Amino acid sequence: MRKRLYLICFSALLLIVAFLVSPELQWLRIALFLASYLTVGGEIILNAFKNLINGQVFDENFLMSLATIGAIVIGEYPEGVTVMLLYQIGELFQSYAVDKSRKSIAGLMDIRPDYANLKKGDELVKVDPDEVQIGDIIVIKAGEKVPLDARVIEGTSLLDTSALSGESVPREVTVGSEILSGCINLNGVLTAEVIKEFEESTASKILDLVENASSKKSRSEKFITKFAKYYTPVVVLVAVFLALLPPLILPGAAFKEWIYRSLSFLVVSCPCALVISIPLSFFGGIGGASGKGILVKGSNYLEALAQTEIMVMDKTGTLTKGVFKVQDIHPIGISQSELLKLAAYAEGYSNHPISASLKQAYGQEINNQLIDEVEEISGHGVVATVEGKKVVAGNARLMEKMGISCSETDLNGTVVHLAVDNSYAGYILIADELKEDAKQAIKELKETGIKQTVMLTGDTEKAAVKVAEELGIEKVFAGLLPGDKVEKVEELIEQKSEKGKLAFVGDGLNDAPVLARADIGIAMGGLGSDAAIEAADIVIMTDEPSKIATAIRISKKTLKIAYQNIIFAIGVKILVLLLSALGITTMWAAIFADVGVAILAILNSFRALNVKDL
Amino acid sequence: MKKKFILKGLGCANCAAKMEEAINKLDGVQEATVNFFTQKLTIVGEDDKMPTIVEESKKIIKKIEPQVVLEKA
Repeated sequence: MRKRLYLICFSALLLIVAFLVSPELQWLRIALFLASYLTVGGEIILNAFKNLINGQVFDENFLMSLATIGAIVIGEYPEGVTVMLLYQIGELFQSYAVDKSRKSIAGLMDIRPDYANLKKGDELVKVDPDEVQIGDIIVIKAGEKVPLDARVIEGTSLLDTSALSGESVPREVTVGSEILSGCINLNGVLTAEVIKEFEESTASKILDLVENASSKKSRSEKFITKFAKYYTPVVVLVAVFLALLPPLILPGAAFKEWIYRSLSFLVVSCPCALVISIPLSFFGGIGGASGKGILVKGSNYLEALAQTEIMVMDKTGTLTKGVFKVQDIHPIGISQSELLKLAAYAEGYSNHPISASLKQAYGQEINNQLIDEVEEISGHGVVATVEGKKVVAGNARLMEKMGISCSETDLNGTVVHLAVDNSYAGYILIADELKEDAKQAIKELKETGIKQTVMLTGDTEKAAVKVAEELGIEKVFAGLLPGDKVEKVEELIEQKSEKGKLAFVGDGLNDAPVLARADIGIAMGGLGSDAAIEAADIVIMTDEPSKIATAIRISKKTLKIAYQNIIFAIGVKILVLLLSALGITTMWAAIFADVGVAILAILNSFRALNVKDL
Repeated sequence: MKKKFILKGLGCANCAAKMEEAINKLDGVQEATVNFFTQKLTIVGEDDKMPTIVEESKKIIKKIEPQVVLEKA
């Protein structure tokens, strides 16, 4: 690139001198013009010649050489030279811009580890991550990247997972935690046992995915490649007619004038601006999204996302946390904290998820010595003696069985009734919890223009409707088995308009068939879950449903930029073609229509990378 | 069988598209993609035809952009 820059400078200098030389010294001027031309264009002409031998007629080197040599032959020295010079400057800018975007995307995806500290006996050896095998012991020091997926066997630390998940809060890891390659160790020293080979590790998989994403081409890319294929031959053909026909048919038309016009055509005939800028926009959009923890597996999916009409969501694990938690404590005759304590103690020995949530809500250590005579009644609950009091904790059936009357509850979730020494003491409601951003997620989805939001769940109608109402979801289908979900999605696909798309959001584990059936399958919480990454078209690495709307906004922005580029590039080219055919513009405008447009389009595509505010 | 190459010096997007089209037409190629931005060529093809596919691809690349060097990824 530097060599090119020097050649351009030198050539420009010669050109300026040529302009300054007095017109009387015609031969010196011409010599200087030619020297300037050959300095900057020699390589192009050589390439054109080589390609011509190889049978590549419509390549840009050839077209540019033909146009400029043509101009020189008809005596337009300054123009021929300047067009070649500007073309080279444009090319330089273009390769600089492409290089820059390559680098900024690489920077976003800077998760590839360079080395691993492999433990061999007492020694630490720096090796290529590729050479490390499953079961090897590696050490990750503060500030280093985790090279391979591993399990911590010694040390505690904070991990920065933002490169993988877009999540800015560091994650605490300790002995037994799984750590994913691509994360950065912030403070402590970690010793870990490798659990996946490099190729199978998270960082490699994600990089592979994003790099391959642009090979699944979007419709606009396909259109542009097709357009480019016909555009150049057609323009060249028109140029030939333009050079030959008018002078033969029109009385008084000069060959020189029409050849000049047709040469301008040749300058505009290269389709490179279009062919670069559209995929670059998508590449930028995909790169930007991955920086936010949203993996898009193909340009086609990013494009389709903008056309989503129906957004179907699974409830558990997508909109809710999928973890049971105490929601309400309703004591009768005793205090709330006392009721919770008795419940936690009564269930102290149980491993049931309900017991776990009670113990978690209680939050203090259970003193096992205070618990006596525990009897677990399967499907009902527990009877135990706590601090000398007989505590019955379980469902309404258990209460009935023990002859204790309890109030009928009409609540969503699991209700644990309690009785102390045979008198009813109230109940505790345990339910799955909505994710913090679930409500915001639905609101944002509607703002992006989704026409219909639908929730599918295996839960009861009552629980589902309540969640849907709270979140503002329009349609609910409850009591579904995994197989029913596919059926429902198929029904919904029938309802959308022809151009619209249906997207399904699920957890990727149980919903694989539905993810596959939807136009766009989105999996949540992909970080560390291979299944989710395999099954979906778009993977949201964190557990935040609001990222779905973010993804749609990125998609819309990317598409807007791509369309702007298509319209701008084709528009300017056609305009300049028309004007040059009419003889209104010069070759200068033509060179702008070629390289100027390419640079502007590339700069515009750059914007797709910037997704900070989306 | 999948093979990956780096196309060092790949300079023109339209050329990348042309290469992709030509390599896809080779006998035994299931799918070939040229990624202009990552400068990567990925060929998925039949195992026994792979050596000829790679040879032919090299020729195609030389023909379209002579300065490009094919490196193993």
